[in-house]
Amino acid sequence: MNGYGLFLRRAAAARACRALVAFTASRRPLRTSPQSRAFAKELCLGKIEKNGVFPFPEVSQEELNEINQLVKPVEKFFMEEVDSRKIDQEGKIPNDTLEKLRSLGLFGMQIPEEYGGLGLSHTMYARLGEAISLDGSITVTLAAHQAIGLKGIILVGTEEQKTRYLPRLASGEHIAAFCLTEPNSGSDAASIQTRAVLSEDKKHYILNGSKIWISNGGLASVFTVFARTKVADANGSAKDKITAFIVERDFGGVTNGKPEDKLGIRGSNTCEVHFEDTKVPVENVLGEVGGGFKLAMNILNSGRFSMGSLSAAMIKKLIEMTAEYACTRKQFNRKLSEFGLIQEKFALMAQKAYVMESMAYLTAGMLDQPGLLDCSVEAAIVKVFSSEGVWQCVSEALQILGGSGYMKDQPYERMLRDARILLIFEGTNEILRLFIALAGLQHAGRILTTRMNELKRGSVRVIMETVGQRLRDSLGQTVDMGLTGQLGLVHPSLEDSATKLEQNVYYFGRTVEALLSRFGKSIVDEQLVLKRVANILINMYGMVAVLSRASRSVRIGLRDHDHEVLLANMFCVEAYFQNLFSLSQLDKDAPENLDHQTKKIAQQILEKRAYICAHPLDRMS
Amino acid sequence: MAELRALVAVKRVIDFAVKIRVKPDKTGVVTDGVKHSMNPFCEIAVEEAVRLKEKKLVKEIIAVSCGPVQCQETIRTALAMGADRGIHVEVPAAEAERMGPLQVARVLAKLAEREKVDLVLLGKQAIDDDCNQTGQMTAGLLDWPQGTFASQVTLEGDKLKVEREIDGGLETLRLKLPAVVTADLRLNEPRYATLPNIMKAKKKKVEVIKAGDLGVDMSSKLTVVSVEDPPQRVAGVKVENTEDLVAKLKEIGRI
Repeated sequence: MNGYGLFLRRAAAARACRALVAFTASRRPLRTSPQSRAFAKELCLGKIEKNGVFPFPEVSQEELNEINQLVKPVEKFFMEEVDSRKIDQEGKIPNDTLEKLRSLGLFGMQIPEEYGGLGLSHTMYARLGEAISLDGSITVTLAAHQAIGLKGIILVGTEEQKTRYLPRLASGEHIAAFCLTEPNSGSDAASIQTRAVLSEDKKHYILNGSKIWISNGGLASVFTVFARTKVADANGSAKDKITAFIVERDFGGVTNGKPEDKLGIRGSNTCEVHFEDTKVPVENVLGEVGGGFKLAMNILNSGRFSMGSLSAAMIKKLIEMTAEYACTRKQFNRKLSEFGLIQEKFALMAQKAYVMESMAYLTAGMLDQPGLLDCSVEAAIVKVFSSEGVWQCVSEALQILGGSGYMKDQPYERMLRDARILLIFEGTNEILRLFIALAGLQHAGRILTTRMNELKRGSVRVIMETVGQRLRDSLGQTVDMGLTGQLGLVHPSLEDSATKLEQNVYYFGRTVEALLSRFGKSIVDEQLVLKRVANILINMYGMVAVLSRASRSVRIGLRDHDHEVLLANMFCVEAYFQNLFSLSQLDKDAPENLDHQTKKIAQQILEKRAYICAHPLDRMS
Repeated sequence: MAELRALVAVKRVIDFAVKIRVKPDKTGVVTDGVKHSMNPFCEIAVEEAVRLKEKKLVKEIIAVSCGPVQCQETIRTALAMGADRGIHVEVPAAEAERMGPLQVARVLAKLAEREKVDLVLLGKQAIDDDCNQTGQMTAGLLDWPQGTFASQVTLEGDKLKVEREIDGGLETLRLKLPAVVTADLRLNEPRYATLPNIMKAKKKKVEVIKAGDLGVDMSSKLTVVSVEDPPQRVAGVKVENTEDLVAKLKEIGRI
């Protein structure tokens, strides 16, 4: 690894001195939009938008007491009365468990109090999610109901729609489901074919189509359905756009298929839902006619961040369960906990949990700020990191138990199966990586184009900045973005990691410029490039989250803050080097970049739809 | 009918599921950062009071707890389960560690008189010290009848029929009100404090007072000398026959 390390460091130094063509990056932020600008997008410009992420969000003591109070009965219920094994084996959640969940108030966590819900903030919702995460099927049932199933009504519903539907959804008397996916439209949600046609008397829409893999499809009586409608354009021409509808099972023509036989979350009801000439009153259009796709994306964005706290809670539980085993089981006359390879697994789990928690609550805190902050990229980052992290950690936890971990009488195999869905639903991690990268790049592209125009127009200020920038680059000056030093936002014990982050951010900003100038608009199709951009952004968001959180913990003197600093620094160092490697792969003609080979191999295999090599034993006869 | 007022005492203890660790200086157990909850027997007492209220036999339930500021959490749980208001007798953390059943009983007796209650309900014992004394002492100080280890409580006019679990079986007593009752395990199964009820409980009043305000002497004649782990269990020894057994017992000086 030594030679590699040297190579990376030389590559980084070389990049610092390389003069960039065309574009420039100004160090002074261009204030073209409201002050609270989303964090992740600014990273693509090589800037750390410190306002939203430092200091780490806090809740008042009163709110904290309230959250802790709310969590207690939920934790108690899940520990004493939820038999996850039985739910998994029978493939359903018992009715009296659902009743208890209703009476606990868990069906209306985010519904405002005036409609009978608990009106919880994002932070409180994330915290409660930790208690619920003990059972995967229940988690998904509740999330499908409120995080997406009825969320549209809260976001854009009319007063009439809210009063009509929310109270009984809050009590759990009615369950909701989110109907977007179709057999031919999964990731490509905009291509759905379900159709809603306005009736002659203009009082109803007639809904026809089939949806698949709908969580709560068999239990729900209220559905948020997305369908194509003809919309009159500004010039009068008819366009086909997606509209969202609130559909009641009672409207008629609504049927569902049998529950799908799934790998995991087997207690959650997933099935096909068919609409045959279902009459939907025009009052049930949710939001604007033609605004359905945007609403669908908003709904999905708003629920994502809680996956961070859910996953962290699962890992924390896993650490407890496996530590007990590791500290008692002996092999070779020593406890498992004394062996390096086992210790490594615990360090991994602790680190992942720490980063997930930090990211999740940082994002929740940002969402709880007054005003409308677009945290869709940050939420997507939390989702990708958490789903992959928990999948890895459950696998490692199972490994600690060895053979026992593989057995059904231990919970690990069920947790592994339950965790797998996290990488698939709510937007596959592949799609989300593209989204994360493109959202950031588009933002950067817009700003950079503006600057380029100014440069062309001969703006003196911009020219001076360009020259200054090139000089700084070639002199290899150190980067300072205000995280470290006398007035630094980060605690001195984390200074080294903060400096690494600043370096990453700076080089990333330059790399983004280079990518945009190399590819231009066609970058949209360069998925392997976008993947790396996303991975860097994910790492950087993680770094900032742990630095912010750890700084706060040290400053206010939380217990075990030294351990937090240890975890934070370890993650930052790992992420720093991962980022350097990704950045070097993004350089033009980088030898580390094997994309060309990847594509060629894939093309040859897919042409023959099989592995094409001759068998190792074959001979030339 | 519903003129009865009940005082329910609740204690904040380390959660039953937590693994207890002794502090290195042997002055007690580790409580910092450890999960605490309402003593399970106190939960049963609160549940019984709420059921009596639901049957319209009790008009008002007052939940009381003695200790540092964190006790308010426990009082709020009682409010969420159905108590009407709370009283927090604030005792600073250091003093609270030396507080025992006698001190708490003095407080409860004074409060029972001040609030003019007809029934004092408590858990039979706390799971941290297992004293099983507070209820009995409170009844003694008030000179009220007591029904301890209650597994069933029924109101009959102005008398309370209490079925008690004792070593020999079940004993039934009839107590003249006012009385003190301590709850045993099989009295009832406590409800969950539902989240909507927790939110509603935020609006219920909790009065904060000091033991001195009640004129109660919190001094104790007891001091904790040391707290230690129980000795580690050593492996047993298997013997082949009775002769070996007798020989082994002689060897370790048991006979």
